Amino acid sequence: MSSLPDQKGYFGSYGGRYVPETLMTALLELEQDYIECREDPDFARELHYYLQQYCGRPTPLYYAERLTEILGGAKIYLKREDLNHTGAHKINNTLGQVLLARRMGKKRIIAETGAGQHGVATASVATMFGLQCDIYMGEEDMQRQELNVFRMNLLGARVIPVTSGSKTLKDATNEALRDWVTNVNDTHYIIGSVVGPHPYPVMVRDFQRVIGEETRDQFRQVEGGLPDYLVACVGGGSNAAGFFHPFVEDETVKLIGVEAAGKGLDTGFHAASLSGGRPGVLHGNLSYLLQDQAGQVTVAHSISAGLDYPGVGPEHAYLKDICRASYAAVTDRDALRAFTLLAECEGIIPALESAHALAYLEQLIPTISTDKKVIVCLSGRGDKDVASASKALEEAGL
Amino acid sequence: MNRIDVKFNKLRTEGKKGIIVYVTAGDPDLETTEELVCRLAESGAAMVELGVPFSDPVADGPVIQAAAGRALKNGVTLKDVLELTSRLRSRLDIPLLVMTYYNPVYSFGLESFVHTASKSGLDGVIVPDLPLEESEALSEMLQKWGLHLIQLLAPTSSPGRIKAAVKNAGGFIYCVSVSGVTGARTDLPASGYELLTRVRSETDLPLALGFGISRPEQVSSLGDEADAVIIGSAIVRLVEEGGCRDEILKRVASYLKKFN
Repeated sequence: MSSLPDQKGYFGSYGGRYVPETLMTALLELEQDYIECREDPDFARELHYYLQQYCGRPTPLYYAERLTEILGGAKIYLKREDLNHTGAHKINNTLGQVLLARRMGKKRIIAETGAGQHGVATASVATMFGLQCDIYMGEEDMQRQELNVFRMNLLGARVIPVTSGSKTLKDATNEALRDWVTNVNDTHYIIGSVVGPHPYPVMVRDFQRVIGEETRDQFRQVEGGLPDYLVACVGGGSNAAGFFHPFVEDETVKLIGVEAAGKGLDTGFHAASLSGGRPGVLHGNLSYLLQDQAGQVTVAHSISAGLDYPGVGPEHAYLKDICRASYAAVTDRDALRAFTLLAECEGIIPALESAHALAYLEQLIPTISTDKKVIVCLSGRGDKDVASASKALEEAGL
Repeated sequence: MNRIDVKFNKLRTEGKKGIIVYVTAGDPDLETTEELVCRLAESGAAMVELGVPFSDPVADGPVIQAAAGRALKNGVTLKDVLELTSRLRSRLDIPLLVMTYYNPVYSFGLESFVHTASKSGLDGVIVPDLPLEESEALSEMLQKWGLHLIQLLAPTSSPGRIKAAVKNAGGFIYCVSVSGVTGARTDLPASGYELLTRVRSETDLPLALGFGISRPEQVSSLGDEADAVIIGSAIVRLVEEGGCRDEILKRVASYLKKFN
C-alpha cells in the first residue's frame, strides 16, 4: 500500500493526470523536483525548521475531558491543528510547496481558496519568502469569509474574485488552473488539498502526514499503543489524508472520514462526493464526483466553505473502495450543534469544517465501548466562521 | 478511409490550407447549430468541431465558457451532440469532430460513446484534458471503429512528448499556439510557429494550429508547416452577438469567407 500511487499517479483506479497538454511538462518536472526534495535531508531540515519555528509545531494532542464526559463514553482526544499559525492545518502543505517552488526557481505563487484558510496560509508563507501571490476565490466565498479576504490583502496577496459557475471553490480552482496554463513558466500553483493531477494528491498528503506522525508519537506517550478510531472531516480531504496515512497499515485503527451532508443527502444540497457521488474526472484526477446523468459537475452545498467542493481526493476514493476507511456524512445542522458544543464545553471554537468531524462523535460514541480511544483532527479554528455561524444558528433555531 | 484523412489529402494536392471551425453545440440552440454547420460547410470550412458544453471548461477562455454556459442552460448533453452529428451527417460530407472534456465521455461509458459516435458518422474526437498518458483506451477503441483521437501538442511539450504523441496520432495534430486558454488574440506569438516547426520535423501528419486565431492575416503569415488553422472563439463570439437565426448564419458565413 505504501507504494501507491503508481507511476502514473493512480491509487487503485483513482487519480491520474487529466490536464491539458500545456501543463504536462510542468507536472512531470514538479514530480521530479518533489521526489528529489523528499529524499534530500537539507529539504527535510529546512521544512522541519519552519514547521517548528514559524507554524508552532508540534501541535498538542489534547484530551477533551469535558467533551468525553458529555458524550459519556470513549475517551476523546483532539489533534489541535487549529493551533497552527494562520489557524489550520493548511499551512503544513503551503510551507512545503513554497519551499519546493523556491527550489524550482518560481517567482510567483497562485492558489485557490474556499474558506480562505488555504489562501491565508499561502499568502503568509509567500510574503515571508518575498514571492508574488495571487489567490483565486469565489465571489460567494468572499462574502462568507470576509475576514479572510482582509487577511490575505493585508498579507500582500491579491485576491481575485471568481464570478463564473457557482462562485465557490470549484470555480476558483478552474480559474487557478487557467492562470497556471497561461503562466506555467514562472508560476507555481499550490493546490490546497489532496486533489488535482498527480503529483498533487500524494505530495499534499505527504506534507500533511506530519499530523498523523505527531499524533502517533503523542498518543503512544500518553496512552501507549494505538488509538481505536481516527475521525476527520473530508472536503478535498487533506487533513484526513495526512492524519490517516501513518496509520493505514495498522488495521486495528479505524479511519473515519466525515463529509458534509449539507441540508441532507437526499435533498441534493450536499457536498458528500464519496457518499452521494460516482466516479468522474474533475480538476485533473479521477475520483468520486458529484455530477448529473450527463457527466456535468453539480454544485456542492455546505455551510462550511472549506467542504463546499464536488470532488474528493483519489486516495480517499481508494481507501473507501478497499474498505480501509469508512466515510460518513453529517448535516449543516449537526455541524452547527457540534460547533456550539465544543465552544461551550472545552472553550475551543472549531472551524465549521472540523465541526463536521466533531458532530460525527454523537453517532459514533454511543455505538462503541467506553474503553476505546478516539482522536478527532481539529483541523482549524472557528474565528473565521463566527459571523456566518451566528446567522446560521439563529436561522436554524439553535 | 476516414473523412479527415481524405480531406487533408485533398487540401495537400490542391496546395491549400484548411479552415477548421469550432462551434459550441447548442448555443443559442441545437437547431441553429445544425443550420450553422451546414452554412459553414458551404462557406468553405474544411471541417467542423462540435464543442460539447461542460460545466468546468478549464482549457477555455471567457468566450467559450460563456457559450458553454448558455448551451448547458438549454440542457445540451454529449448524447444530444451525437444525435446532432447524425442529422448533420445525412446532410453533409465534410469531416465532423466533437471537442469534449473527458468527464462527459467517461460518464457516457467509453465503449458506448465510441459505438454511438461511430454510428452517428463522426470522424474524430478531441479531448483537451486527456493527455497522451491517459488516452490509450479511448484512442484504441476509436481506432477500431475508424475514428481518430486527435492529439494535442503545446509550446511547452518536450521533444520526447512530441515524438511519443506523433507516434500514436491519427488524423492530424492539434498544435496549441500559446500557453494559455482558448480566445482570440491580436498577434500570434512566436511559440506557435516554433511548435509547428518542431512537430513538422517529427511527422508528416497534417498539422492544425489553434488557439488565438481570428484574422485572415494571421493565417496568410503562417509558413508551410501548418496544413490547417482552427478558429473557435472568434466564431463563437459572432454567434453570441445574437439576432435571428438568419442573421447569425449570414454574419458567420461572411466572416469565414474572408479566410478563403
